[in-house]
Amino acid sequence: MNLMEARILDELRAIVGDRGLISSPEELHTYECDGLTYFRMMPRAVLLPNSTEQVQAIVRVCHRERMPFVARGSGTGLSGGALPVENGIVISLARMNRILEVDFPNARVVVEPGVINLDVTGRVSPQDYFYAPDPSSQSICTIGGNVAENSGGAHCLKYGFTTTHVLGLEVVLPDGSLVHFGGKTLDTPGYDLAGVFVGSEGTLGVATKVILRIVKRPECVRTLLAAFPSTNEAGAAVSDIIAAGMLPAAIEMMDNLSIQAAEAAVHANYPSCGGLLLVELDGPVAEVETLMTNVKEICRSNGASEIRLAQSDAERALVWKGRKAAFAAMGRISPNYIVQDGVIPRTALPRVLSEIERLSKEAGVRVANVFHAGDGNLHPLVLYDRRIPGQEEAAGALSAQILELCIAAGGSITGEHGVGEDKKKAMAKMFAEPDLATMQRVRCAFDPLQLSNPTKIFPTPRLCGEKPGEYMAHPAESGGIAERY
Amino acid sequence: MDAATQSEASGLHSALRYKIIALVGNEYVRVANAADAIGGVQPKLVIEPGTETEVAEVLRLSNGAGLAVIPRGGGTKLGWGNPPTRADLVLSTARLKEIIEHAWADLTVTVEAGCTIQRLQETLAEHGQRLALDPLWPEKATIGGVLSTNDSGALRLRFGALRDLIIGVTIALPDGTLASSGGKVVKNVAGYDLQKLVTGALGTLGVITRAVFRLHPLPRSKRACSISAANAEEAQRIVLAIQDSKLAHTFLQSHFSDDAAPISDILFEGTEAGLTAQEAQLRKLCGAARVSEASTATWTAREKLWGFSEPSTTAIAKISILPGDLARTIEEVEQAARLHQVRWRALAYATGIAWVRLEGKPGALRSALQLLRRELENQGGSLAMMHRPEKMAEFDAWGNAGDALGVMKAVKNQLDAKGALNPGRFVGGI
Repeated sequence: MNLMEARILDELRAIVGDRGLISSPEELHTYECDGLTYFRMMPRAVLLPNSTEQVQAIVRVCHRERMPFVARGSGTGLSGGALPVENGIVISLARMNRILEVDFPNARVVVEPGVINLDVTGRVSPQDYFYAPDPSSQSICTIGGNVAENSGGAHCLKYGFTTTHVLGLEVVLPDGSLVHFGGKTLDTPGYDLAGVFVGSEGTLGVATKVILRIVKRPECVRTLLAAFPSTNEAGAAVSDIIAAGMLPAAIEMMDNLSIQAAEAAVHANYPSCGGLLLVELDGPVAEVETLMTNVKEICRSNGASEIRLAQSDAERALVWKGRKAAFAAMGRISPNYIVQDGVIPRTALPRVLSEIERLSKEAGVRVANVFHAGDGNLHPLVLYDRRIPGQEEAAGALSAQILELCIAAGGSITGEHGVGEDKKKAMAKMFAEPDLATMQRVRCAFDPLQLSNPTKIFPTPRLCGEKPGEYMAHPAESGGIAERY
Repeated sequence: MDAATQSEASGLHSALRYKIIALVGNEYVRVANAADAIGGVQPKLVIEPGTETEVAEVLRLSNGAGLAVIPRGGGTKLGWGNPPTRADLVLSTARLKEIIEHAWADLTVTVEAGCTIQRLQETLAEHGQRLALDPLWPEKATIGGVLSTNDSGALRLRFGALRDLIIGVTIALPDGTLASSGGKVVKNVAGYDLQKLVTGALGTLGVITRAVFRLHPLPRSKRACSISAANAEEAQRIVLAIQDSKLAHTFLQSHFSDDAAPISDILFEGTEAGLTAQEAQLRKLCGAARVSEASTATWTAREKLWGFSEPSTTAIAKISILPGDLARTIEEVEQAARLHQVRWRALAYATGIAWVRLEGKPGALRSALQLLRRELENQGGSLAMMHRPEKMAEFDAWGNAGDALGVMKAVKNQLDAKGALNPGRFVGGI
């Protein structure tokens, strides 16, 4: 480590204290990747601030030294969003995990970014409220990470994504200054910068406080499982439910391979079938019972062989446990797997599924399918065995082909996992050059020096036109991988 | 006199004028008249491009010439925001009115900016669907205008605002760039959410040319009730109790004024069985307060608030507060009105957004609104002027934009470096 680095390290240590700085190579390994372990990069250091002021102080040093930083929550992301960048540091928000304010009359909660998603619901559930976004990792992922990724979850079909539930943010900008976007009240004067920040994958600054909206629990929740011969019949049932004018709280679908895996992992007692549908309705009892009768009729008329209504909260929890464990459960039936995240217009489902099946056979690589069927969000799991030569490459190629199917169907390359490092190249297939250039202009307004999680989201780095102070060649520029515009 | 000759009279550089006419056609360029003025500022030309490419090209040409452009849809809300500091061209989206794709089975619609809300809703209703939004003057208001002004009504409580309904957008930037973000699927986190950035930006960042929305089914049945309260405190108690209950109401709004007791309207949507059960629960919840069937005026309450006859002595403000500050805010309105001798009425949604109408002499209105804005901002809220008498033109429409104004200006500078679009009409001089 050269002298300059020692000087910077000392300065950073002075901000966060000995226990807030990680710089030994052994310990840094923990932070070299996120939930997508394919990409790895060692950070120069990891900082664990416990206050907004410390985050500001750290970012100011980064700004002065032109040193990139990556903010990190629990590191459960699946697109490499929290992957460290070369010569950069990681700012872990894990210690900023206080719930600062709970305001029931206004249904608002103010949290620090390191608060675990499920802990928000835990805190407000005695008063019968909940925090709606429920990514499958909700027992470990943080609100800050959810903000970065605009996380969804099974229930966003009815309740919306993280962005719907974030009313305001306190943000440390990449120059270290502190700003507030949105607020506790709606429609604060000016541009909806909270709307732009949520889902920007850490590229516009570091959120240090988040104002959330909480929701009153519905009077009742009913969860139905329906077993179909294949995903085609299950998909037709979904279409009929939507066409009947219903908006369920969630509609999830699993194919036979996913059912097998979930059964092996958590014994959810799913019926064995080609296509399993999970439909959840919530709301006033009288309303839900009437609609559930309709849903059952629709499932039957589409060939459901077995229809079950979860009879207790425990049964309901088990049904969901199987679904939420589906990714991890793949380990039971395959040594390695890639989790894909694509979106298609729901009506394209049968066509895209049969195409995935064809590609899978062609490549000799199995694909298990789990979907948020109500909103067309596919999670194909590409299963492979790294030990078999060529399988990893074949799986990677198949996974990329699936994304192209999604784009061709008029969908998206990511419904909730983010672009991060993983899907930068696919961005150029989904968006035209002027679209991406315009987004990068917005980025330049927040981060002209491109220090906040640079190298993510965009396929081609572009440097900002404004050059405050003395001109300095950006590492990407001198390295020949970016041009100034 | 053809448009070319006319615009010569209007003083625009002839080369530019001919380029614009060559681009969009002679019949779609006309000299602006007095009715085209925005906040008392007279533009020179009105241009109606026929495609989004033409919109982008007109912008590029006018931007090169340093002209100020006022985007316009149905023209129903041109008084919102501050008067422009300059106005050369009115860029009308009147010809961009196509409903490009109603993917009813996917519950989405792609529509051009100039389509009116009413025409869109009629088309969606053919398949039992709707854009779950109740903006003002749907027969005239356009998609682009409603988006740019972020107009929302009572349905926002259940379905969210435009920011929660828009899933994709195409905008034309002053440099001629035509850029899209989002897409045609509801769930999508690829790239920045530019559709939220331009929603409520009052056309200061780019001209919206098309948008994609998520849709909701039309309700099977609906039922509306009105609840009488003795005073603002009781109205607030009822509103908060309903919000804290398990009722799944679609909207909840309260009327206040200086000459009548408060009334709250609640709307339920769903199956008949569900409606009956919820109405029974509501009656239980309201206790002694009288619950009756709501009158049809409920549906047009906001337009009624806007139905004033004396623009020179009327001010309308949109205020935003915490729902729990409702009674306190009504009291503040009442006090400010009494102190400055103005009449008032208000329509407050359970979301914390309220519309307040004040009537009196401009000087009195100014003082009352200044006082009210100060109080609301101190308690974390805001007050935006949506209509004010001409004599109050200098009264800032927006109030304090907070410490993020610098970022807002930087965003504006990135997308509209010359300040060509709606100059001066938005917060902090943007």
